[in-house]
Amino acid sequence: MSEHIVPLRIYVTIFLALLAGTTLTVWAGLHDFPGKLNVIIALTIAVIKATLVVLYFMHVRYSSRLIWVVFTSALFWLLILFALTFSDYWTRGWLSVY
Amino acid sequence: MLGRRAAGTGILPNRLSELGETVNLAQSHIATDHTASHPALQHHFENLEQQREAGALGMWVFLATEIMFFGGMFLAYTLYRTQYPLEFASASNHLSLPLGAVNTAVLIFSSFTMALAVYSAQTGKRRAQIVYLGLTILLGLTFLGIKAIEYYDKYKDQLIPGRLIPSRPFDPHGVHLLPGANPRHVEMFYWIYFAMTGMHAIHMIIGVVVLSVIMFFAARGRYGPEYHNPVEISGLYWHFVDIIWIFLFPLLYLLGRHLEHGG
Repeated sequence: MSEHIVPLRIYVTIFLALLAGTTLTVWAGLHDFPGKLNVIIALTIAVIKATLVVLYFMHVRYSSRLIWVVFTSALFWLLILFALTFSDYWTRGWLSVY
Repeated sequence: MLGRRAAGTGILPNRLSELGETVNLAQSHIATDHTASHPALQHHFENLEQQREAGALGMWVFLATEIMFFGGMFLAYTLYRTQYPLEFASASNHLSLPLGAVNTAVLIFSSFTMALAVYSAQTGKRRAQIVYLGLTILLGLTFLGIKAIEYYDKYKDQLIPGRLIPSRPFDPHGVHLLPGANPRHVEMFYWIYFAMTGMHAIHMIIGVVVLSVIMFFAARGRYGPEYHNPVEISGLYWHFVDIIWIFLFPLLYLLGRHLEHGG
């Protein structure tokens, strides 16, 4: 598998998309959306921006399977960290034993 | 010794000649691969491509541990934010949104110039490579400078948590509290704010030092289309630090704005 050189045009596009995402997230942050929508919008934009950086700036889109495995396993362990912790915190009030 | 043993058995000579052929094939393969004689190729790698893959993989394994490391802090943030939502929103509103937003743009710009530095190394544009590395370092320092201004504002407003500054213990009187917020819980936001942005800033400082070393060697012409692992993996690290900020910015600066400005 030889090295893939990402064209300049893609770098510029991603850069502009990241700046647009930042503007959008600031704009959305100043507006009051119903319910938990503010957090959801902010995190969705952040995840999209991070994905763009990982796929294009960090070349993961063009990298070997091995690097995909390492990256996704890191996310998987992060998921375990959050899932197990919150399965505790969120369920503490469910039983009135204490 | 192998030869003598081979002579004593019936099967081995055949095997050995097969082995010999494979070795010959491998050697002829290496001979046609011009990167195999590159001065940057370490002896334990077959060729530069394998060396490059191994380097990138190593950096990704390190970044996986970094995701875990920052993940713990993001977890702490999430837990306390769900516990004290109004206090977190009030404290967050006291941060400077313009400075935070400008810093986000600065960091994204630095990630862009870093990507271009790697691109210049890959395409053998040595001058451009040095210029982009220099720009990346400058933008990194700009980010740290703006961060320092923000920290100084917190110092002036007595918002450094605990008694880290003995003469200026934490005092949330300057924070405009949202209705229902308890001033006693405001401090937790600042502990988390300083832990996360501080750890991020330390990563930035390390990144600037690493890139300065890379720029020094780039100026001596060490990196070109065939060999540029150090530029590439430093870039991976730099982009990772950028990603951490992409999450920190909305989570720390934007979480309560809509409650005050309401649109």
